Amino acid sequence: MSKRIDVSDLNVYYGDFLAVEGVTMAIEPRSVTALIGPSGCGKSTFLRTLNRMHEVIPGAHVQGKAVMDGQDLYAPDVDPVAVRRQVGMVFQRPNPFPTMSIRENVLAGVRLNNKRISKSDAEELVETSLQGANLWNEVKDRLDRPGSGLSGGQQQRLCIARAIAVRPQVLLMDEPCSALDPISTLAIEDLMAELKDEYTIVIVTHNMQQAARVSDRTAFFNIAGTGKPGRLIEMGDTATMFSSPSEQATEDYISGRFG
Amino acid sequence: MTATDLTPTTPAAPDGSGSLQLVPAQKRLPRWAPWAFAVGGVLVAFAVLALAGRPTIAGVLGLGAVLYAVGLTVTSRFVEGARWATDRLATTLVSFAFLLALIPLVSLLWIVVTRGAKLFGATFLSTDMVGVYGDMTSGGIWHAIVGTLLITGAATLISVPIGLLTAIYLVEYGRGALARWITFLVDVMTGIPSIVAGLFAFSLFTLIFGPAYRAGIMGAVALSLLMTPVVIRSVEEMLRLVPNELREASLALGVPKWLTIVKVVLRTSIAGIVTGVMLSIARVIGETAPLLLTVGLITQVNWDLFDGRMATLPVFAYRQYEQGGVGIDRAWAAALTLILIVMLLNLIARLVSRLFSPKTAR
Repeated sequence: MSKRIDVSDLNVYYGDFLAVEGVTMAIEPRSVTALIGPSGCGKSTFLRTLNRMHEVIPGAHVQGKAVMDGQDLYAPDVDPVAVRRQVGMVFQRPNPFPTMSIRENVLAGVRLNNKRISKSDAEELVETSLQGANLWNEVKDRLDRPGSGLSGGQQQRLCIARAIAVRPQVLLMDEPCSALDPISTLAIEDLMAELKDEYTIVIVTHNMQQAARVSDRTAFFNIAGTGKPGRLIEMGDTATMFSSPSEQATEDYISGRFG
Repeated sequence: MTATDLTPTTPAAPDGSGSLQLVPAQKRLPRWAPWAFAVGGVLVAFAVLALAGRPTIAGVLGLGAVLYAVGLTVTSRFVEGARWATDRLATTLVSFAFLLALIPLVSLLWIVVTRGAKLFGATFLSTDMVGVYGDMTSGGIWHAIVGTLLITGAATLISVPIGLLTAIYLVEYGRGALARWITFLVDVMTGIPSIVAGLFAFSLFTLIFGPAYRAGIMGAVALSLLMTPVVIRSVEEMLRLVPNELREASLALGVPKWLTIVKVVLRTSIAGIVTGVMLSIARVIGETAPLLLTVGLITQVNWDLFDGRMATLPVFAYRQYEQGGVGIDRAWAAALTLILIVMLLNLIARLVSRLFSPKTAR
């Protein structure tokens, strides 16, 4: 259920503007990879290229390669919709569908695609996904209530349940805890530790303690100045990155000397 | 006005241990003060006008309103201070503006209901005008109701798909020059006078089917010309209100764009879209000029949209009023029917919105 992604020489553009330049990295399966760096350095932009959500923005495009288990995600014959089914995503702000109940939200990936699913399969999928997101016990008695009635942390876990219900290979998380309180954050971090047994997880975070707590490998992005493209400065095991990084900029950022 | 029975509305100042000292409890006018001023203002106005000559209702209310506003504000200025006086003045002005805006609405409804009630009834609604002439008081508007519903329905069937798809294009796909031009042309179309739409439909059908052709569909085309820009504009507004996050959430689940639009964007905004469509129907259902020009008027029911003249409520009301006599009563009753139809449509729209609107309740 998990795949590795090899990115080589990836340039990301918004129109003519080069936002991220020359990223080469390997994302290991069954592990958590954290992307850290100051605001505007292109972490989120880079993350969104991994499931081709980047090109949803008009004029945005990508050069280079992102290979998932031998298949280039940006090959001309690859359907971005198929990529997004394999690479799920959780956003910064919880965004459950307001017209749907909790159950329908979990089944959204199936139902919105007009796929038929038997009632028993649907029940099972709802339960396993919600259990996978550590939300089942809290909502099992009110599955038909609207998803927007949950608390922020519960909504975010509902979004995670929705993402894993389509059984992706990779799960991308774009600052999933930045809108949440510490207790909800803890719940999501625990969840990540469980999910990494099955999924490849890439998380963008501004919180370095969080990166140190949850990730196996860490990538540090930085930007030379406004208007300049963001770059991958270095990447390594989280323990190494936080104890003895090889680049001065990484050490400065991690130790809080800037950013 | 003395203020003896005041209750403090701000919390008492904390027995400050040196830090922040709050302003002591503010003196306020009692709750019944505005009502007292309103009654007093009207009484004083009545007395003044009675001394000066004959008091009229409008005069008493007008002068009373001025006295009320001045009296309350000045008293409040002395008792409560400048901030509360300003607050009371603003409240007064806003309330009066609301009441003023209500006057034409209420009086219009009142006139239509009282005058329309003379002839309005089951017989009037269910008969047509066949064999009714001269001073005969029989006859009804069944044929005009059928015509109005058919023509407006056909106009809706033409406008809503075009309007909906154009709005989806503008919001979800349109970029660059083409989208700008469409927006511009929609704006221009919004300003088309209805008679011009009627002339356009008339000449279009004359060119295609010859000069003698008359059919309800001509009127429907004319109305749809007026309706389409309204639909486009309101649907566009509604689609833009759908948060981008929902689109992204759907796309990130591997849902194709068209399904995202159909099942997330339209589904989320359906309540607003229905309301917009109903408003556009209400906008055209009372149009007279283009229908007078294209579909004319007949005395019996015509169910065929594609052949022959049709009666419609606005044209019927116009012709009957022109005839005078009992026709005037028929015109008012037809106007009442038209208002009731629009209200019924709005009621249905409300129900639909209620049914489909996003669930936010816990």
